[in-house]
Amino acid sequence: MAETARYERPGGLASALAQMAAHPFRPLAGGTDLYPATDAPALAGDILDLGAVGELKGIDLSGAEVRIGAATTWTEIARSPLPAALACLQQAAREVGGAQIQNAGTIGGNLCNASPAADGVPPLLALEAEVELASVAGLRRMPLGRFIAGPRRTALAPGELLAAVLIPRAALSGHSRFAKLGARTYLVISIASVAVRLVEREGRVAGVSIAVGACSPVARRLPQIEAALDGAPLAAAAGLVRDGDVAAALAPIGDVRASAAYRASAAAELVRRTVADLAGGPRR
Amino acid sequence: MIEVGFTLNGQPRRMASPPTRRLSAVLRDDCGLTGTKVGCDAGDCGACTVLIDGEARCACLTPLAAVAGRAVQTVEGDAADMTRLRAAFLRHGAAQCGICTPGMLMAAAALLARSPRPAEAEVREALGGVLCRCTGYVRIVAAVMDALADPPPDPVGRAGAVGERLARLDGAGKAAGRALFGADHWPAGSLILKAVRSPHAHARFSLGDLAGWRAARPQVAGLFTAADIPGRNRYGVIPAFADQPALAEEAARFRGEAVALVAFDPAVGEPDLAEFPVAWQPLPALADIAEAMSSEQLLHDHRPGNLLTEGLVRRGDAAAALAASSHVAGARIETAFVEHACIEPEAGAAWIEGDTVVIRACTQAPVLDRDDMAALLGLAKDRVRIIPSAVGGGFGTKLDLSVQPFLGLAAFLTGRPVRMTYGRGESMAATTKRHPARIEARIGCDGGGRITALEFDGLFDTGPYASWGPTVANRVPVHATGPYRIPHVVARARAIHSHGPVSGAFRGFGVPQATVAVEMLCDRLAGKAGIDRLEFRLRNAFRDGDATATGQVLAGAGIAECLAALRPHWARALAEARAANDAAHAAGGLIRRGVGLASCWYGCGNTSLPNPSTIRVGLTAGGRLVLHQGATEIGQGSDTVLTQMCAEAIGLPVAAFDLVGPDTFLTPDAGKTSASRQTFVSGRAAMAAGQSLRAAILRLGNWGEGARLSLGDGAIRSDGGGRIDLSALAPDPLGYVLAAEETYDPPTTPLDADGQGAPYAVYGFGAQIAELAVDMGLGTVKLVKITAAHDVGRAINPTLAEGQIEGGIAQGIGMALMEEYLPGRTENLHDYLIPTIGDVPEIEPILVEVPHPEGPFGAKGLGEHVLIPTAPAILNAITDATGVVPSRLPVLPHRLLAAIRERAGR
Repeated sequence: MAETARYERPGGLASALAQMAAHPFRPLAGGTDLYPATDAPALAGDILDLGAVGELKGIDLSGAEVRIGAATTWTEIARSPLPAALACLQQAAREVGGAQIQNAGTIGGNLCNASPAADGVPPLLALEAEVELASVAGLRRMPLGRFIAGPRRTALAPGELLAAVLIPRAALSGHSRFAKLGARTYLVISIASVAVRLVEREGRVAGVSIAVGACSPVARRLPQIEAALDGAPLAAAAGLVRDGDVAAALAPIGDVRASAAYRASAAAELVRRTVADLAGGPRR
Repeated sequence: MIEVGFTLNGQPRRMASPPTRRLSAVLRDDCGLTGTKVGCDAGDCGACTVLIDGEARCACLTPLAAVAGRAVQTVEGDAADMTRLRAAFLRHGAAQCGICTPGMLMAAAALLARSPRPAEAEVREALGGVLCRCTGYVRIVAAVMDALADPPPDPVGRAGAVGERLARLDGAGKAAGRALFGADHWPAGSLILKAVRSPHAHARFSLGDLAGWRAARPQVAGLFTAADIPGRNRYGVIPAFADQPALAEEAARFRGEAVALVAFDPAVGEPDLAEFPVAWQPLPALADIAEAMSSEQLLHDHRPGNLLTEGLVRRGDAAAALAASSHVAGARIETAFVEHACIEPEAGAAWIEGDTVVIRACTQAPVLDRDDMAALLGLAKDRVRIIPSAVGGGFGTKLDLSVQPFLGLAAFLTGRPVRMTYGRGESMAATTKRHPARIEARIGCDGGGRITALEFDGLFDTGPYASWGPTVANRVPVHATGPYRIPHVVARARAIHSHGPVSGAFRGFGVPQATVAVEMLCDRLAGKAGIDRLEFRLRNAFRDGDATATGQVLAGAGIAECLAALRPHWARALAEARAANDAAHAAGGLIRRGVGLASCWYGCGNTSLPNPSTIRVGLTAGGRLVLHQGATEIGQGSDTVLTQMCAEAIGLPVAAFDLVGPDTFLTPDAGKTSASRQTFVSGRAAMAAGQSLRAAILRLGNWGEGARLSLGDGAIRSDGGGRIDLSALAPDPLGYVLAAEETYDPPTTPLDADGQGAPYAVYGFGAQIAELAVDMGLGTVKLVKITAAHDVGRAINPTLAEGQIEGGIAQGIGMALMEEYLPGRTENLHDYLIPTIGDVPEIEPILVEVPHPEGPFGAKGLGEHVLIPTAPAILNAITDATGVVPSRLPVLPHRLLAAIRERAGR
């Protein structure tokens, strides 16, 4: 039987970091990625269970930025009263698996798992999120786009834990939406997912952030399209999203869920619709 | 190991276990609470849902250590709302096989605690994480919405007369988590079995130092290969074609084929099978049947062209009639491997009792299992006892052996009790699939829209072993015409071997694939002839006295009645779609509504082969009726409807009955649960047994034909004042003071070389309308409504019949829109997609009753019929919405969008 060789369940962050510094543990948060990866009745290897680390949990709206503890569950994110700009993140939270997964799975786990199809990533990219990494040596921050280095790869150094996701005040303006496309309604891995945050001023786009997931090794922002939309009349914004521009910004693969060409095309369609939803203009 | 204290269903518990051991394993194996089911160990199915501090969680993803100090609630718990929720599930018929029921109940309990009167959308959202393969979810949603309604409605009637909406007899146990499925019962001290399986579609293998490997591992209590099989290492559901080894010899012919079996003692530890001494030499694999037909490489030397077998029906001169037809349409359609995706992975246990090998496992065919196991073990049949467990979904796949050979072999050779439970990936790789089909068909009609001729040629990928391939090849040509009069027919179906998964039985035996082609062609012909699609079908529908393509003259043909019942729905649906499309055009929207229609017919029981069922009923001195019922209940409702029919025939209430079996030592052979035969064939036997017992009672009491009977106080009474004291009667060896046993075998005749004959005694009929919306920008399909009219002859239990319709439709939706099994790539329930609670639209079932003279109380089979029209109705609706004629199933968004764009010339 695959037995856990070592198991620790620290009660605080300092102790967790000390454990991480002393031994190459695998951190365990919601378990929604670690358990599906094995057929065994228990997890193999040395496990550091973060379930009792209070500092990693909860959402803090009191500071200059929104701070979401890495071990905050999707359900907590979905149910918390948050600024309108975070609607895309809350919508994504309701689409990560079913209720059972949302009750267990954490935002930090979603980022550290670094799946190309992670539903949490596009909203956080559109929200200019940064991550806070903690170790016994102290804290460091980096933009989320830099943290996720590739499929299943992150910038976490040995001994480091993802402590929090931080959303800067500047990204709290405007409204946002998340759209997900899969071949069924619930419990579906995205063929493509899109998050858009749009700020409007006097009938025009005064800044837009667009991110697409599942269409490249790591979810991407679409800066060229963002620039094209900036300053446009709201009613015209969606029409400025061109299929070719979206496809050029992505690097989709074909797999059991969809062809590469379809992903590119669907991503453009989703971006266009999501912009239209936010800008109130016609869809096409 | 750590010790963890928590509250379990209100009681404090302390459990010692490895800290990251899955809570599901602790609950089931250590606490003995097997109500929490395990369907995937990956959070994909939700069957293991429990409440932790009131929140729904997958127990399979939860480490035991995480529940320290918390409250865990399982389906066995008895919170007040759980009782009402269970009652609502029973009232609505929301449980069928029952394997997802605990997960559904727990997810619903979490919702009801927040929202006692939930709206439909809330229910779907809350239950979206639990998969069900049987019900189509409709009744589950209704039950949860209604669970805490005030005041609770009256429970359904208990008399159980034929036609009554009796709650299913096996329902209470399933809703309480007490039903014991394959993985839920094992003798203390059981060894655990694991199979070593081929990672290649085709590979020669050589086994290394088995003795040395075993000697170095004290936990290994047994290790078996093909060389250890005492009897014949060949099995198969059709004896003449038996060709499948329980453990492969020298070469594996599909990915997932077992080559060795390891038994270990879990108290000592589990061996790492990755270290098992086997060397693989991959060989070229025939993945494509066109290639297989022309390849010199044969899967079985005695089957040239890799042709397993071929079925043919020929009547008249189809080529000449097509040439003379006013309108002709042709189609080519390709379908995928479809996985049954029973939420219960195959599981069971085996032990030795005296000189008998007892195998308790999930199965649809206990007597077939017994015969194959006796041959495999080299034992007389009476030394093998098969006890079917509760079956967590079958749909055809549990007609073939799965765990049984491994369990029987290991128990027999070690003398110790053993248990085996497939993992999800193992279940998907190792068990049977629906045959992928490549079909070419042409159909013609005259100027008046009367179908003149059909040419049909179907190639079916049957995989490496025969399984039910011959049945598919024989059944498809008979059904190729659909329920339509076609004077000139040539229909051929061939089952071709490949190195793909073993294709076996799956609800409809190839007929659903064939029907896709023919029903799409009906729409094309109706269009060419300028006739409404429903009226076109009605014009050609079988009537009593018509001859089928096999020359069989029909009685009790209810297809015209089904189509007529759909007429008002068809008119409404077309009008609504037209209005919606006009509005979308005007607004420049991208949504197009479409409406499609398809029919089905399906012969109940074996094709031209003997197919008897025997049912015994006894009356005890204590005044209980005991039904020896060998028909396997897989959720379809045979326990309930057979009892209803027997009760009606005797004239006593269902509540007077106790059920025995199925168990090959206790119940006579009621055949297999397949081919939609149990209500019809075993139903006739149950009715006849009831009639015999009633006749014996009337004789004994010297009572007249119309006497009304009652039972109680150790006596049976008639309404004329007569009384039989049961304790005064001498019991037979089984303990019954009165008993009857009756057999029914449906009258059929063999098919000749041109496929002419009467292959089935009874056919059932149906037709469905699919309404949907296609997103022209994304290629996605949103179902709006399905209206389904099915001729069941007589609805023995309307609630159960409607549940079959809804569940069959859900599987048809999956086949049409999302299900495609790819070996090595979709061996889990997140890459292989089945419909969730959000993918099944409103369903309006319509029960049509055109009695058949052979059917018990006029009843016909229904279980497979219900799936057949769904996919073609959906495809026809897609064509109606978009103009695109799909040629490949499933119609995934990327395939549909490509076709839409190709048609638009982009």
